[in-house]
Formats: sequence, structure tokens, C-alpha cells
Amino acid sequence: MAFKSNQDASSYWRDNIRLMLSLLLVWFSVSYGCGILFFEELNTIALFGFKLGFWFAQQGSIYVFVFLIFVYVLQMNKLDRKYGVSED
Amino acid sequence: MDIQSITFLLVGLTFVLYISIAVWSRAASTSEFYVAGGGVHPVANGMATAADWMSAASFISMAGLISFMGYDGSVYLMGWTGGYVLLALCLAPYLRKFGKFTVPDFIGDRYYSQTARMVAVICAIFISFTYVAGQMRGVGVVFSRFLEVDITTGVIIGMAIVFFYAVLGGMKGITYTQVAQYCVLIFAYMVPAIFISILMTGSVVPQIGFGSTVADGTYLLDKLDGLSAELGFAAYTAAKKSTIDIFCITAALMVGTAGLPHVIVRFFTVPRVRDARISAGWALIFIAILYTSAPAVASFARVNMIETINGTDMRGTPYSEAPSWITNWERTGLISWDDKNNDGRMFYSGDERNEMRVDQDIMVLANPEIARLPNWVIALVAAGSLAAALSTAAGLLLVISTSISHDLLKRNLLPDITDKQELLYARLGAAIAICIAGYFGINPPGFVAQVVAFAFGLAAASFFPAIILGIFHKRMNSIGAISGMVVGLLFTSAYIVYFKFLHPELNSAENWIAGISPEGIGTLGMLLNFVVAAIINHLTHETPDHVQSMVDSIRYPGAAPQASPDH
Repeated sequence: MAFKSNQDASSYWRDNIRLMLSLLLVWFSVSYGCGILFFEELNTIALFGFKLGFWFAQQGSIYVFVFLIFVYVLQMNKLDRKYGVSED
Repeated sequence: MDIQSITFLLVGLTFVLYISIAVWSRAASTSEFYVAGGGVHPVANGMATAADWMSAASFISMAGLISFMGYDGSVYLMGWTGGYVLLALCLAPYLRKFGKFTVPDFIGDRYYSQTARMVAVICAIFISFTYVAGQMRGVGVVFSRFLEVDITTGVIIGMAIVFFYAVLGGMKGITYTQVAQYCVLIFAYMVPAIFISILMTGSVVPQIGFGSTVADGTYLLDKLDGLSAELGFAAYTAAKKSTIDIFCITAALMVGTAGLPHVIVRFFTVPRVRDARISAGWALIFIAILYTSAPAVASFARVNMIETINGTDMRGTPYSEAPSWITNWERTGLISWDDKNNDGRMFYSGDERNEMRVDQDIMVLANPEIARLPNWVIALVAAGSLAAALSTAAGLLLVISTSISHDLLKRNLLPDITDKQELLYARLGAAIAICIAGYFGINPPGFVAQVVAFAFGLAAASFFPAIILGIFHKRMNSIGAISGMVVGLLFTSAYIVYFKFLHPELNSAENWIAGISPEGIGTLGMLLNFVVAAIINHLTHETPDHVQSMVDSIRYPGAAPQASPDH
């Protein structure tokens, strides 16, 4: 099965790239942003027994990574159905 | 029963399980041997990927490394998990749609060039051998510590097991064995982690215990920072490395993860593109269970160890009253005491008062004894370490054998061989690879630890940019991609070889380019690869039309071709 028109093919790809880049922005912010670049600043904030920057580096970023993949899967399955390229 | 008998029993039982699975899932065709016929359920593939990925180093050494590095250890936690986001979003679905067997397959076809294929084959083989030597060594070490057989015998037993299911079952056998190995290793990791969390903080969940209070009412991490200051260590929750170095090491590990052939190839084994996406999600969940527990275990074990050695009053515990685990592990050389001030008391610190030498591996291996857990838990840790080492070794050996039989022979030197002959070569390749890996396990080259940086650096600087450009830059041509890979490779290897082998005495921040250590240089190599590829591509010929339409076709799911050798 393929796309109905070339226009469909390019807008599917555009939507895909947009979704990917926005999720990668979150991916970058939690790990490189909160966990590394702004680590010192965030460490002044306490989250229960954690300093926030430290928590992002050793716990939080990993939870967000898992969440991002599942958001991607759900959104892409929706996109596949919308453009008629779904595999079911 | 004593510890020895329980360990033999438990390890023996897991081995019987692995071999039974191998017999049940023999591979009959190259498609089954290379990619398990492309019919693996995404959750099963997630578990297999997790076991494939988590090596002896993740299982045995990582918590200990973090324990000694504190915040700086986060590079491993973020680096070895964040790569899965890249895999799921940028690589796995497209490579699954491409629908062949190996990474060199993709590089060779996408860049319509046997040179590109050969560069990829050499990288894949080099990266995998680097890695596998460490795994076989891990197998030998576990055997010698827990079962008191010598390292050589241990390695040979490990080789025999892997030989059996990798040569017989190929990817099909490996996949289902890895599912079993994941269950063994995660159970073996979590039981002591949960026990020690309850012991230290009263919380059943280590990830929560990590941020809870300990017996004296202070938060665990605050206590650890306090102890560190008192004993002359840097604060546990503060950075010791420079920000740029932490940034680059994390990036090199992440991108390297996404470029490792034995991880990528796992996504060729699921039936559809959407399965490849979700399968990366399952893999990361299964990995995250261990990776979010490891930093908790690291901090519990550190507080526990300091209090055991120095006493809660920080005056030092008399050696005559030392708990049995200290004397037990002294015999293995993982911990040692040198009574410098002759007071008969042990003392551990980061300054001149220190009298102890503690190996990082003890944090996981001796954890059950430190937390006074029953003997069967100690046996479980042995079985878990073996599961972690064997599962990773098998995945790597398969990449090596596939590279030889498929990429080198079938797709290059001997294109006319039949499926049956190719399968025979694949089995032969696996057998030879196991023998070489075993040799390195018994006679480890002194540089095993250093070459790990190599494996990630090379994967980051070679495969990752070539694959990304191949998918997202339709007009990227063969000359551009090959020059990028070659420049990335040469730069990264030259930097690592210079600082790790030629001039180790110069290996310090003031001599590094922009303060980036050899561990993180793959990031710069990757950027260089992208830039060179873009410039050369701009100056040279157009990509052929049939290649551009192939790129179009891998960009959407819909009727993913079954992985098969005949197209």
C-alpha cells in the first residue's frame, strides 16, 4: 500500500519530521539541558531527598526517554492511519 | 546446602534452560539464522534487546562505577538509555522497512557501493570483537569468583554454551534464549536491590528509597554528601569533570548506542515497521528497570560500605571485628587493607588517612553479603552475571558471523552460493568467532578497558551519521557518505590511539582538544563526519534515481517487505 498522491506523501513526511523534532527537543532538554548544562542551577532546588539537577541526570531523564518513545509510537500509528499507510 | 552447591545448582539450571530453548528453536534457513525469520513479537524482541544490550559491564560494574563517580557516573545512565530514543525515532522503523539483514547491507545498498559496504563490514567486525572479548572475560571472572574453577575452565564452559545455541539456533535461538536471560538477570539484579533499599531506607522501591531518609533521619544523598566532605572526597551530587566533557561523553555513548550493529539488527527481527517502533519502547522499559535501580544501589552500597569500614562514629572498625564479606572478598583481591597507622582499625577516605583499596565490582557482587541476604541470593547474582555476559556475547557473535557469511561472501565475494551454503558459512563464521573471542577471554589484551571507548567512538563517528543521512537526506551520494565515514573514523581513532596508547602520559584535560576526553571524542568525530559528507556531497554527482526512490519507499510503513534473501 502506498500514498494516494505525491502531495500526501510529502505532507506525511513533513508531519513525521515535525513530530520527531519536537520529541527530540524534549529529549535534549531533559538530558543535556536539565541533566548537564543547567545542572548546577537546578541543584539548588530540592525534590524530596534529591537535588533536582542530580535527579534529572540519574533518574528523571530515563523516565522521560521511555515516555517519549511511547508518545512517538501512538502519534505515528495515528499518522499512518490518517494517510492510509497503516499496516493493519 | 552451602553457597557453592546452591550456586552450581542455580547456574546449572539456567544453562539447561538455555540449551533446551536452543534445541527447540533451531534455525533452518538464512532468514531464520540472521533475523529469526522476521517473526519475533515486539515485547519478546524488547526483552531480547535489553539482554543483548545489558552486558557484564552493565550488570557487574556500572553501579560500582557510579558509586565511585557520583554525579559524573550519570554519563553512563543517560548515555546508555538515551540512544534508544534516537533508535526508535530516527533509525529502527526505517531500517525495518528497508527489510534486509545487516547494517552493512543498508550502507552498501543505500550508497550503491561495495567500498561503502566494506568500510561498514570492517567497522562492524572491529566493534563487535572489541566488545565480545570483554564479555568472555566476564564469564571467566564470574566462574572463578563464585564457583572457584579457574578462569580458563570458566571461559571454556561459557564458550561451549554460547557455541551450542548461537551456532545451532542463530538469531532465532539467540532471541528466545535472550528472553530467558533477561528474566534471570533482572530478577537477580532487583532482589538484592530491593532488599538493600528496605534495609537502608525502609522503602521497597529502590528508586524511591534513593530519595528517602536513612535511619538517622537525614536524606540518603545529603548524608552521602556529608560523608564525602568529612572523608575528603568530592561531593557525591556535584560534577567533577568539566561540563563540556560530560556533554560529549554522554553524546558519544548515546549516539554510539544507536549505531551499534548488534543493537540495530534486533529491529530487523520483528514483523512490521510499527512493531519496530514499539519494540524500542519495550526494550527501553526493560533496560530502565535496571538503569534506574543502579544509581540507587550505587548510593546505598556506598553509605553502607563507608559505615561498615569506618564505623558509624567514623573512627574506623577494628579489623578483628570486620564482617565476613570483607575477609571473603579480600581473597579475590577486590578489597584490600593496609594498616598504615598500625591501629588495627580499617579506614576508608579520599585523603592520606585512607587504608583501603576497594574495586568497583564489589558493589554489586558483594552486595548480597553486605546486606546479609540468604545464600540463594548470592547464587542468583552469579547466575544473573552469567546471563548478562552470555546474552551480549551471543548477540555480538551473530553480528560477526553474519558480516562474514552474508556481507563479505554472499553480497561480495561469492554471490552465487545457495541459501544452504550461506547458512553453513554463517555457522562456520560463528564457530570461528567464538574460538577467537574465547582466546581473548583467556588471554585478555591489556587494553580491554580502553577499547570500550573505541567501540562507542567508532560507532558514533561512522555508522550513525551514514545511516541518518541515508534516511533523512535523499540526495546524499556515495562519495559524500564514504568520505564522511572515513574522516570520522580516522579522526576518532587517531585521537583515541594518541591519548590511550601512544602518549598516555599526556592524557589530561589541558592537552585535549576543547577539553574533550578520548571517551567523548566520538561526538566530535560524528560532527566532522556530517560536515565532510555535506560538503563533498555538494561538490559531486547526483544520487541515482533508483536509490532516491528506495529512500522514498523506506520513509513510510505499509507492506514492509518480509526479511528475505531474494531481493
